[in-house]
Amino acid sequence: MKRLALLGFLGLAVGAAGLAYAQEEPSVPHQNWSFSGPFGTFDRGALQRGFQVYQEVCANCHSLKLLTYGDLGPTGPGGGIGYTGDQVRALAAQKQVTDGPNDQGEMFQRPARPSDHFVPAFPNDQANRAAHNGALPPDQSLIVKSRGAGLGILFGTSGADYVYAILTGYRDAPANDKLPDGMNYNLYFPGHHIAMPPPLSDDVVNYSDGTKASAQQEAHDVVTFLTWAAEPTMEDRKRTGAKVIIFLLVMTGILYAAKRKIWAKVH
Amino acid sequence: MAAPQAQNKIVRWIDRRLPIFSYLHHELYEYPTPKNLSYWWNFGSLAGLMLIIMIATGIFLAMEYTPNVNLAFDSVERIMRDVNYGWLVRYIHMNGASFFFIVTYIHIFRGLYYGSYKEPRELLWMLGVVILLCMMATAFMGYVLPWGQMSFWGATVITNLFSAIPLVGNAIVTWLWGGFAVDNPTLNRFYALHYLFPFLILGVVMLHVLALHTHGSNNPLGIDRKGPQDSIPFHPYYTVKDMFGVGVFLIIFAVFVFYFPNALGDPANYTRANPLQTPPEIVPEWYFLPFYAMLRSVPDILFIKAKLAGVIAMFSSIFVLFVLPWLDTSPVRSSRFRPVYKWVFWLLVLDVLVLGYVGAHRPEGWYVITGRIATFYYFLHFLILLPLIGIFERPLPLPTSISAAVTKGGGQLAGATVPREKP
Repeated sequence: MKRLALLGFLGLAVGAAGLAYAQEEPSVPHQNWSFSGPFGTFDRGALQRGFQVYQEVCANCHSLKLLTYGDLGPTGPGGGIGYTGDQVRALAAQKQVTDGPNDQGEMFQRPARPSDHFVPAFPNDQANRAAHNGALPPDQSLIVKSRGAGLGILFGTSGADYVYAILTGYRDAPANDKLPDGMNYNLYFPGHHIAMPPPLSDDVVNYSDGTKASAQQEAHDVVTFLTWAAEPTMEDRKRTGAKVIIFLLVMTGILYAAKRKIWAKVH
Repeated sequence: MAAPQAQNKIVRWIDRRLPIFSYLHHELYEYPTPKNLSYWWNFGSLAGLMLIIMIATGIFLAMEYTPNVNLAFDSVERIMRDVNYGWLVRYIHMNGASFFFIVTYIHIFRGLYYGSYKEPRELLWMLGVVILLCMMATAFMGYVLPWGQMSFWGATVITNLFSAIPLVGNAIVTWLWGGFAVDNPTLNRFYALHYLFPFLILGVVMLHVLALHTHGSNNPLGIDRKGPQDSIPFHPYYTVKDMFGVGVFLIIFAVFVFYFPNALGDPANYTRANPLQTPPEIVPEWYFLPFYAMLRSVPDILFIKAKLAGVIAMFSSIFVLFVLPWLDTSPVRSSRFRPVYKWVFWLLVLDVLVLGYVGAHRPEGWYVITGRIATFYYFLHFLILLPLIGIFERPLPLPTSISAAVTKGGGQLAGATVPREKP
């Protein structure tokens, strides 16, 4: 009786596992990132290329509300992505923001300043949804930090791996998969049906530093930029951590010596 | 006064009117501590350190945080990005919660292993359980404040538990929320209470320490101190040992704060709370997983619905600790001399780990049955096994004194008869 129950239980477990496997997405492949590991920093070239991809491709639908233009420059957290103050001012000035009211009580438009947050392509979420078949392209400020699973969370790279996998994971839908209208098939997206059309392809941007703009390179660059955008203080954190831990090691060593000396009389 | 006359005139003047110096002298230099405490006894002071760290970082975070459903998430991100060293303060506070629970859980299991809850330390133990309950409430409310997806949905699930109470349940939930859903009033009151509770904990910790200093620490042998040869003054021996422990602990803590700051959290909490979109999986922070597993494991029992039964099981799992000193019928404290209980203790540790594992997964398939068995075993341990083992177990002979056991050769043993410390 007991064995029967056990067999039944095993069978159930195997069956359930098989069922789950059929519906699940393949595990996200790991990429090499300049920012992984305790000493990893952001590759400045990749950051600037990634920002270009964001500006020219992603920004048409996705906002990046938590960043200011000044964050990109030398006064930004962690020294920005390597832009100069003038570059940042010029970049901001391309956008118009609503300010006011002025002393006539009226709102007015003015060019954006470095202290302004990134101006989204749509005035509000409803307008964004209306332009995208009801689907809302999510804000990308924290997209890398808010995704990912498994051991990669421990190392802080699983979000980057995931976003990269989505950007490069577009395939033709299998014959038995009835794709709803306006949806696209993505290998790594939960349920495989994603509203976002494939955003990247070869040469969708022109890199000024001579890097070949393959779809993979673009995805790699923009994910590097978005990882920076999700936590611009990351390099600062790792640098500070090294100093703190060296200090603590020395302090703990001294405390251990003190403990040995004081306790020598007791044992 | 027992304190030697201080050289400094000002100190003498103050001490005659407000004897804080005599008090400190009494509680540090004269306070006798067993000489054989192991490093497992470091975790009490580490928990105290974590409480101070959490209060200190929390106060600085409160200066920058905005408790409003439209602003909370952005204000936390502002701390992370624009406030000088805001990321550091926030990561310390965030990971500090996890590490506070790690050291507290180790502290509790140490008490379980060495019988630190037994006569005359029952109230000391019960005050500790009060601290644990307050910590859980504080951690839960603190997790709601960043107003991410898990904050919101975690708050919704946990506050909804009270709706399981018959008749008045729904009214209580509405009262807790300050409305008909988790919303701005909920966030505001959670913020106020999250600021209040640590100071309640601080008060109970003082009582905890007062009760501790009445009879002094238990020790790995679990026998009472018999005389001055068994004890050493707390200072400098245990101050320096605690400080060394603090150093080791801070290194591990720093590795997480600086290199794996998000490893212990849920990525979903970096998505702004959205009341219209339920996340695919609602999981509490890791330190609540064993309790969450109990909540979800219990089925309908007779006329009690599964939801209510789960809530009762979850709260009972803590409340059973209050009566633990009377459930354990063995007069011997330390597991070293309890051949049966020693194994049962490790089974309980394993059981809680299994519950934690189950709590992290959807209650489907074998997780359901495993969760039920583990929940059942948890209560079996406290309600059935402990009383019975105390009666039927034959403890090993206890050493005559602490110093006899620590000095070479193990000292003299009390002989073959089972020593009883209380009649």
